[in-house]
Amino acid sequence: MAMLSVAPKSPDDERLGAFVDDFRRRVDSTPLGVCPLVVTLTALETAAGQTCGKCVPCRDGIPHLVELMRTLVDCDADASVVDEMRELSQLVRDTSDCAIGYHAADQLLAALDAFSAEVESHLERHACTAGIGQTVPCETGCPAHVNVPGYIALVAAGDNAGAVAMVRKDNPFPTACGLVCEHPCEAKCRRRLIDDAINIRGIKKYATDQAPADHVPVPRRSPDTGCRIAVVGGGPAGMTCAYFASLMGHRVTVFERRSKLGGMMRYGIPAYRFPRERLDEDLRAILSVGGIEVKYGAEIGTEEFEALRRDYDAVFVAIGAHTGRTLSIDNIDADGVIPAVQLLGDIGDGAEPDMTGKRVVVIGGGNVAMDCSRTALRAGAREVSIVYRRRQEDMTALQSEVLSAVAEGVEMVTLEAPAAIEVDDAGHCTALLTQPQMTGPIRNGRPSPVALDVPQHRIPADLILVAVGQDIVSGPFNAAGMPTNRNRFVADDALRVPDMPGVYAGGDCQTGPKTVIKAIGAGKVAARNIDEYLGYHHTLPFDIAVPAPHPNDRTPVGRVNIAERPARERRCDFAGVEIGMSAQEARQECARCLRCDVYGIGSAEGGRVQYE
Amino acid sequence: MSNSPKKKLVTLTIDGFQVTARPGMTVKAAAAKAGITIPTLCFLRGVSAIGSCRVCSVELEGHDGFITACNTPVADGMVIHTDTERVRTYRRNLLRIILADHGLDSTAYCFSCAKNGACQLQALCNAYGATEPAWRVEQERKPILESNPFLAYDPNLCIRCQRCVGACNTQARNHTLHTAKRGMRTTIEAPFGPDWKATTCESCGCCAAACPTGAIVEKRRRTYRSWETRRVRTTCPHCAVGCQYDLVVRNNRIVDVDAAPGQTNDRRLCVKGRSASFDFVDAPDRLRTPLVRNPTTHELEPASWDEALDAVAEGLGRVKREYGPDALAGFACSRSTNEDIYLFEKMVRCAFGTNNVDNCARI
Repeated sequence: MAMLSVAPKSPDDERLGAFVDDFRRRVDSTPLGVCPLVVTLTALETAAGQTCGKCVPCRDGIPHLVELMRTLVDCDADASVVDEMRELSQLVRDTSDCAIGYHAADQLLAALDAFSAEVESHLERHACTAGIGQTVPCETGCPAHVNVPGYIALVAAGDNAGAVAMVRKDNPFPTACGLVCEHPCEAKCRRRLIDDAINIRGIKKYATDQAPADHVPVPRRSPDTGCRIAVVGGGPAGMTCAYFASLMGHRVTVFERRSKLGGMMRYGIPAYRFPRERLDEDLRAILSVGGIEVKYGAEIGTEEFEALRRDYDAVFVAIGAHTGRTLSIDNIDADGVIPAVQLLGDIGDGAEPDMTGKRVVVIGGGNVAMDCSRTALRAGAREVSIVYRRRQEDMTALQSEVLSAVAEGVEMVTLEAPAAIEVDDAGHCTALLTQPQMTGPIRNGRPSPVALDVPQHRIPADLILVAVGQDIVSGPFNAAGMPTNRNRFVADDALRVPDMPGVYAGGDCQTGPKTVIKAIGAGKVAARNIDEYLGYHHTLPFDIAVPAPHPNDRTPVGRVNIAERPARERRCDFAGVEIGMSAQEARQECARCLRCDVYGIGSAEGGRVQYE
Repeated sequence: MSNSPKKKLVTLTIDGFQVTARPGMTVKAAAAKAGITIPTLCFLRGVSAIGSCRVCSVELEGHDGFITACNTPVADGMVIHTDTERVRTYRRNLLRIILADHGLDSTAYCFSCAKNGACQLQALCNAYGATEPAWRVEQERKPILESNPFLAYDPNLCIRCQRCVGACNTQARNHTLHTAKRGMRTTIEAPFGPDWKATTCESCGCCAAACPTGAIVEKRRRTYRSWETRRVRTTCPHCAVGCQYDLVVRNNRIVDVDAAPGQTNDRRLCVKGRSASFDFVDAPDRLRTPLVRNPTTHELEPASWDEALDAVAEGLGRVKREYGPDALAGFACSRSTNEDIYLFEKMVRCAFGTNNVDNCARI
């Protein structure tokens, strides 16, 4: 009699699961600057190891592709090798029986296209392209290239003020980034190989909690150059440019349309995420440099911009993306339908909207939608729903923001596309009509929604907030000759506006709506390049030494996450939601840093991305 | 800002000895204080401490990996073992791996290598019994770059320790010599090929001096064996900086120089000091006796120093008497020492009585 067994067919399958999880962490932490063809080769080798051995193209073709790919990686291949690879890949893709084969070939073909510049460099220059080469991952990933290991070591040594100064060497918004940065620095943290990425943002928040930015003196301003720089827009890009340019000794005038500085940090990000008094700490420190004049309520139109070009030695345009996109559905102009940016902007100016008892519907799935919905709760709304045409996991908002909104009681109404707005006789909105969707084919990495053939739903709404993206008011500048592309200013990698010597543009108005730290990085680049344009080459003194490293402690330790106040409590007020790290937690978190600035590539030539 | 360095000394234990060290000192330096030598290969003091070869790895109690002594700062209470059986085995095996990368039978066998007897890799392998490579590597025989008149690079012998990169960056501050092809294919790109003139390389040779193997060498090294030579410390005569170097002397002839830790040069030399300031000593056309022109035949004829100096003094004296001191001028060679030039200048000003004096040193 044939006996059955409960044992797995291959006893190692279960153990392999844990091994693959560990392997996945390695893939996830693929260092920045690795040659993409090397990664492609690795993926191909993985595929070759997975072939079951049945079919010819996969069993024999992929190993041969591995060999060809290796000669390309080694820079020993000529164009015929690439041709052979393409031809063989197409065969494997089109004739394989299962996905192990055809996916591998498909992936290789996609890689050869995506990394065509690298392929060409390997073939013709027998070397990688110029940018290839590893560097310290946190510092490189940060658009402002902040010396992350440096300030973590300072916090570990108990020198929080030194840490704030170390951040500010490259980024004058240590508090803002401690509170709201999307922390690209953590994405490739090498610590992930052992357990998890360092909570870099949390450590920075801890440093600014302990040593408020406006209590840490800024460096001394360089001797006055007499050069005048106009900065249009007092947001993160503009104020960063103003900070560095004024430290270099230039005279800066910031033209701010609103009544206060901060840009989207004040007029977009709600106070519960970034308390205003904390933003003011950064701004006070920046203005304490001296040499920065701010003109509030300064609307810069075509004529004013032309005057700035005449009257100033250089102009940095950093006006952000402050108008809301809209939807083309019926009654979008009805009473009670408000663009998200308008709501958040008014609050930035001190408005305290009262939504007591109202049913609020927010349209959109980005961070702004989360901000609006959580603001609505705090303004007393009876119920708040987010209506989104894709799935929750497809939302562009940070998943942590989505979860926080859910925890506070926001209803996620997903796979519902806004179809029309229902209004009463007075023209006030009463409901959002939606067309149910199902998730469909993946385009550009996200499944696109497909309308279901079912009747529309009706979601009652006293107030509808539209958070479907922001736009840039670039028209007046465009009229003065600044080129735009889809309303975004056109500038080169040095942020120079073409054919307009002395005019620079950066931040959201050049990139489209992005992050605070990207805008800060742009502000720094603009200040540096304006300095060079004006004929200077200022280097800013900095004399804080990075503490010596301790040998790496390789013991896996959990990551300290930042806790939030209980949802049912925090949803009732606009006070900050995050609870900072304790000294004990900060110490443990800092001790996990592997000090890549000293160990590994950071110690070798070219291993750092740092400005002098 | 409370970033003042802590002055407190730290105490650690190295191979059973209690060592007191300044904070910031490396484990290697602290060990040296206790008379313990930790071997290094890629480390070069003040030039490169990237810890790439891992040969200086030592055991640190309570730490689950090894630490590199060359770049790990001391910490209070460290207990370090530098010469356990495990350390010695690891070192030997690391050296064997490096040997596999070294291209032993590619272009230069040890005996035919310019650095034979002065090769750090050779010495370390001898000391640790690394007698053969860890594995066989098919030898590629990459071409040797030696278009530069002074320097040659044999990539086959390169162990990719990057000391030359450190030398070009921190010593020469020239940033010409780079790593290329990153990752496991990392190579050194030395600018000594056919297009060497188009590069910013100044041929100072700091890279060759830094190379622990025979990969980058001054070509003149091929003309002698280090064990045939003795060293004489002197000052480079080529300009007024006063760099210290050792003349490398074989059979009373200068065959090379080696930078010394002088106050002004700290083990550095420029191309003139390294390659252009001593060959004239034994140059076949060098004047070895004074020459005086015979007034009858108008030919230069060997003379004694007394005869020559008398002739010069008489001639200069006559010009001074007849035309005044400013008819005279003195011009010295840049390859003279500061002291010689000082005396020369004194002679022109005091004995000639003129300020017409200069020197061709324009480095």
